[in-house]
Amino acid sequence: MKTKLLCLILAGALSGYVQAADKIKVGFISTLSGPGGVLGAAIRDGFNLALEHTGGKLGGLPAEVIIEDDQQKPDVAKQLADRLVKRDKVDIGTGIVFQNILQAAQASFLGADIFYISPNTGPSDLAGANCNPYFFAVSWVSDSYSEATGKNVNDKGYKNVFVIAPNYPGGKDVVNGFKRYYKGAYAGEVYTKLGQLDYAVEISQMRAAKPDAVFFFLPGGMGVNFLKQWQQAGMGKDFPLFGTGWSFDQDTLAAVGEPTLGALNAAHWNLDLDNAANKKFVADFEKKYGRLPNEYASQGYDAAMLIDAAVRDVKGKIEDKAALRKALEAATFKSVRGAFKFNKNHFPIQNYYLRQVVKDDKGRYVNKTVSTIFTDHPDAYVAACNM
Amino acid sequence: MTWLLFLEQCLNGLQFGLMLFLLAAGLTLVFGIMDLINLAHGSLYMVGAYLVATLTQATGSFFLAVPLGIVATALLGMVLEAMVLRGLYRRDHLSQVLATFALILIANETTRAIWGVQPLSLNVPDGLSGSVQLLPGLSYSAFRLAIIAVGLAVAALLYFVVTRTRIGMLVRAGASNRQMATAMGTNIKWLFTAVFGAGAALCALAGAMLGPLLAVQVGMGENILILAFVTVVIGGIGSIRGAFIGALLVGVVDTFGRAFIPTILRAVLSPAFADAAGPSLAAISIYLLMIGVLFWKPQGLFPAGS
Repeated sequence: MKTKLLCLILAGALSGYVQAADKIKVGFISTLSGPGGVLGAAIRDGFNLALEHTGGKLGGLPAEVIIEDDQQKPDVAKQLADRLVKRDKVDIGTGIVFQNILQAAQASFLGADIFYISPNTGPSDLAGANCNPYFFAVSWVSDSYSEATGKNVNDKGYKNVFVIAPNYPGGKDVVNGFKRYYKGAYAGEVYTKLGQLDYAVEISQMRAAKPDAVFFFLPGGMGVNFLKQWQQAGMGKDFPLFGTGWSFDQDTLAAVGEPTLGALNAAHWNLDLDNAANKKFVADFEKKYGRLPNEYASQGYDAAMLIDAAVRDVKGKIEDKAALRKALEAATFKSVRGAFKFNKNHFPIQNYYLRQVVKDDKGRYVNKTVSTIFTDHPDAYVAACNM
Repeated sequence: MTWLLFLEQCLNGLQFGLMLFLLAAGLTLVFGIMDLINLAHGSLYMVGAYLVATLTQATGSFFLAVPLGIVATALLGMVLEAMVLRGLYRRDHLSQVLATFALILIANETTRAIWGVQPLSLNVPDGLSGSVQLLPGLSYSAFRLAIIAVGLAVAALLYFVVTRTRIGMLVRAGASNRQMATAMGTNIKWLFTAVFGAGAALCALAGAMLGPLLAVQVGMGENILILAFVTVVIGGIGSIRGAFIGALLVGVVDTFGRAFIPTILRAVLSPAFADAAGPSLAAISIYLLMIGVLFWKPQGLFPAGS
């Protein structure tokens, strides 16, 4: 028995060279139920479409994707991440939608030296001082969209802006991004309770404050409520409304419809971006799921394509973490957003576009790209990252 | 701060309060008469909003969809009462909370299975989409004025039914002393089903009127349920009058808190502190109101037995 064990250990020690794995296991944790479930479902659909395009393989290795629902609960996500890492021994993690969920689950992946590819949330600490060699984001930093919106509002010459956001750290972060590039004065700055239903009070205040533009950041159902009430109060005629791309993703446009018409927003991707990868993505997504894709779906698609290209570049030798990291950093995949490269903090350097909600020739509400706000824009935190 | 803005905020508070009243009226009756804590009250509101949104799309008319949705939700409420809740009246409050919480989960998952996770589209009907000039310089959304009118009409109707009719007499008797009412020969079974159906109908009406303003989506009931409970506790359990006054108080205090507390704080405190404290204080204003009321009137403002 003892000799047998010794032999095994010796054999293990001798086989020090790295072999190509025979398959790749991906742990996909996302919010698939509850009010946030629509976002996770979009990311998953995008990821699955990419797998279909690659023939069920990632970089030539047969891919096994384990999909789990975190129910938007940090404790559930933490348990799932532990299980995926320890029991299922996944090679790569991805999928998480929300920042507080990622914060609960990230240590399970990163602490075990498992690469985590974020298809959505991009916490500023992971972009800055806490940047991690095992963490990559194919999306953005949480204040990038509002930086772009702030730049756009500033460039258009608005001088007196009214700002509304929920009263929680994420809301303040997004407003800070806006303030970084908007240099004018403020007609008002209102922070509302998270989950507030009725915005009549704030809309009355806005009208009385007579701003020359309004910037709002109200994620999820709050934004839907606000937009409906904004349109109903007839505010759109008097005050231009600016928001982040999250408030005007394709699924929201389809659900809310007319109240979104004409709104200006900033994002790093759009349906109409003119590149071959995006055209294929949009057409096949609509064919497969019967709806148009949104930003979240594009990020899920890109996450899968990033892994695919990196695994191919290391010729399937995913056990060699240093080589795999180099391949991920090189990011040789064709992103649906067009040009893509990672900064040294593993967050993208990318363009941000101004989009406007219009009605297309089929009568659907869609975003139309108006102009490019930022070209090859890095985030504001990269300087603090020593990697 | 102008008088016009103040007036507009008063209207906002009134409108918000009247909507809360529609929810709180049903809740307080069920709570007071059947001694049942019904957490699933918000789910009936959600179902009402979903039905009205679906029927609006199917029939093309909001005004046709509202009565249909209300009747359907009331029927659903009565079926629910007869099949599930009837068995809970004799159980303690913990079992009721557990069972009706389960109903919330079942309602949410069923709604998701039928309608999907995306919010449903329900917009303001064309006739009410504009705004009305009330005073020179003050125009107010026609739909919100309609909400105020509907809320006041329902309050008047309920007041009439509860104080002037035989059914209302039974309801009052049940609320102030249930056992005695049963002993005097009231058919409690029928009364409970009817009251629950009426509560469900009011929920659906609230869902229909708020649907065009708010996101019609899974989980919309839970957000508003807490406010409805606060209203019931402030007003006094089992009392329609209490629900009415409580709802208006909550509506006005919440609106004024959000509208004026940050401004006032900024005038008297340092801007940095005021900016941090203002929104938080505004958010908890109704809970401060509840604490105040309970401190001086532990039974609420108008308890049913008094």
